[in-house]
Amino acid sequence: MDLKEKLVSSFMAFEDGLDLDHPVHEERSNAIKNFETKGFPTKKDEAWKYTSLKGLQKIDFSIFPKQETTLEYKDVKKYFLHEIDAYKIVFVDGVYSSYLSETTHDGVDVCLMSSAFSKPMFKQVIEVYFNKAASKDESLTSLNTAFSKEGAYIYIPKNKMPKKPIQILHLATGNEAALMLQPRNLIVAEDNAEVQIIERHQSLTGNEVFTNCVTEIFAGKDAIVDYYKVQNDAPTASLVDNTYISQKNSSVVRVHTFSLGGKLIRNNLNFYQNGERIDSTLKGVTILGDKQHVDHHTLVHHAQPNCESHQDYKGIFGDSSTGVFNGKIIVDKIAQKTDAFQQNNNILLSDKSTINSKPQLEIFADDVKCSHGCTIGQLDEEAMFYLRSRGIPKKEAKALLMYAFANNVLESVRIPELKVRINKIIADKLGVRMGFDL
Amino acid sequence: MLEIKNLHASVDDKEILKGIDLKVNAGEVHAIMGPNGSGKSTLAEVIAGQEEFEVGEGNIFLEGEDLEELSPEERAHKGVFLSFQYPVEIPGVSVTNFMKTAINESRKAQGLEDMPANEMLKKIREKSEMLEIDRKFLSRSLNEGFSGGEKKRNEIFQMAMMEPKLAILDETDSGLDIDALRIVANGVNKLRSKDNAIIVITHYQRLLEYIVPDFVHVLYNGKIVKSGTKELALELEEKGYDWLKEEAAV
Ligand SMILES: Nc1ncnc2c1ncn2[C@@H]1O[C@H](COP(=O)(O)OP(=O)(O)O)[C@@H](O)[C@H]1O
Ligand SMILES: [Mg+2]
Repeated sequence: MDLKEKLVSSFMAFEDGLDLDHPVHEERSNAIKNFETKGFPTKKDEAWKYTSLKGLQKIDFSIFPKQETTLEYKDVKKYFLHEIDAYKIVFVDGVYSSYLSETTHDGVDVCLMSSAFSKPMFKQVIEVYFNKAASKDESLTSLNTAFSKEGAYIYIPKNKMPKKPIQILHLATGNEAALMLQPRNLIVAEDNAEVQIIERHQSLTGNEVFTNCVTEIFAGKDAIVDYYKVQNDAPTASLVDNTYISQKNSSVVRVHTFSLGGKLIRNNLNFYQNGERIDSTLKGVTILGDKQHVDHHTLVHHAQPNCESHQDYKGIFGDSSTGVFNGKIIVDKIAQKTDAFQQNNNILLSDKSTINSKPQLEIFADDVKCSHGCTIGQLDEEAMFYLRSRGIPKKEAKALLMYAFANNVLESVRIPELKVRINKIIADKLGVRMGFDL
Repeated sequence: MLEIKNLHASVDDKEILKGIDLKVNAGEVHAIMGPNGSGKSTLAEVIAGQEEFEVGEGNIFLEGEDLEELSPEERAHKGVFLSFQYPVEIPGVSVTNFMKTAINESRKAQGLEDMPANEMLKKIREKSEMLEIDRKFLSRSLNEGFSGGEKKRNEIFQMAMMEPKLAILDETDSGLDIDALRIVANGVNKLRSKDNAIIVITHYQRLLEYIVPDFVHVLYNGKIVKSGTKELALELEEKGYDWLKEEAAV
């Protein structure tokens, strides 16, 4: 049985354990129908031209983990940003781990989707926000919606800010030979609220993992949301990460995506500006080797006047790795005075690595500032000689140039410990030690 | 200190250096002059280990050791320093971090520990004050947006930090106004000692009034066509290079 059939036929079993009268359930039923009609995207779909999910569909993934597993904190500590005090929402093979987590209801709600779906006190928020930003058309998003049951639920009321950042960690233990996970996260920052979130998916073994994740983020008026995606997974872990962000007047949402490891990563990052004076920032650092593949598909939809968007993606591709950057910007006719900036710079370290980079601008307003640029190059040989002539060995010189190249993306990370951690992951990847933090 | 014997170098099958002989003893300052395109920068870069150039015949010895098999970084570790005619801009790396990395990598190559942070800071302060470099300057990205003169001053700052045995200054005077020239020359002179040597590449006699050479060589068309003492520089200033070109053509 292929993966699509398996998923569709599992839906009934999945329904068994759920409250079928819950309003969300209709969304699930509609979603599975959409997935059943459309199936997995193929290379014939323009948006999936360079990323194939064919290989993954041949794997016999378990859709529901058979047993619960407990992990010791010390064994997974390194996947947390343990240097800082933070709330933690942790899942092990898709199941919430209260032991590893630290949630709160103290003024803000940092807890679980399963609670939010079942407890009356969250009902209203779910009705207002759940599946309101996510696409009802895109098949993998629908697939996630159909199976939406667990994930992180974060609700920050008006004028509030949690005492500390929040970490969302999805761990896969490898107890199943091959496991498919579909976490569903909902993040709501009401007017003038502020929150910082770090999200990571991590497989602990060499077994296959396929994660199809959907995150919806709502930023109210003047809200500030910083979202960091740390993608440094095992070579047998694949991720399709769908993020939908809806912003209101004068809100600021910044998403940083660090794609440093994994087998296949597809990021669908979608911003919808539903207000004026909105600021949307999308930044990414991608450093790949081996046969890794990362596909960044971004969308910024400017639907109201006087808004800004800043996109800055840097990619370094070694060995036979492949990268894709597709940045779509839509400026509606009424969205005058839009300021949309997009930059994608890439370095190819080997003859076998490739990058496909494409801006896609659909501008219907006439008074806008839109700039985009894309570069693909090699490491600057003159700069290499300059560094080496000062006694910096080849490998370190190379690393230094790569650091420098990625640096302006890291500059805007607002959690210093996270910046240090990302630097360390990069240094480890490059096999060098750096005497300083950029 | 440095001995170059019959050095030939080419790029894309085009021969640029056509048999250079040069001997520089410790404690000496040599000036290399010559018209544009004669191969001065090529010579400087070949000594520093630029792999872009193909070294054919000939050898370069530093303190008796043949440099042929050594990488640019290994040459730097042995005390070779090149002040570039066109320093490269490196956005994202500050001057300070660059120097820290360079010094500690050199120390590592010599089996030494990192320089303690306070010692490093003290040294940076000392050398930047000597060259009248503003503090703020040191936290800027290396050479990015620096004026021509600032780049050159920064090169000499790096030289002061690295304390090389053999320093090659490639047109360090271009882009410097007279005050800056004096400051930079003064910095270079402070680094002169009986144990190190300096090669000054320049077009103009002006710099040589401040950094007084023991010997002056004229490089033309990939060869040293004339050598002499500092008076030769004055003669060149007066007469230009044409008479030498004619002499070389004979
Ligand atoms: N990378 C290179 N590729 C091709 N030709 C070069 C290269 N570098 C230098 N040359 C040529 O070699 C000659 C000497 O150049 P250069 O050493 O820069 O002279 P100088 O410093 O004396 O002005 C010039 O004709 C120059 O065009
Ligand atoms: Mg030159």
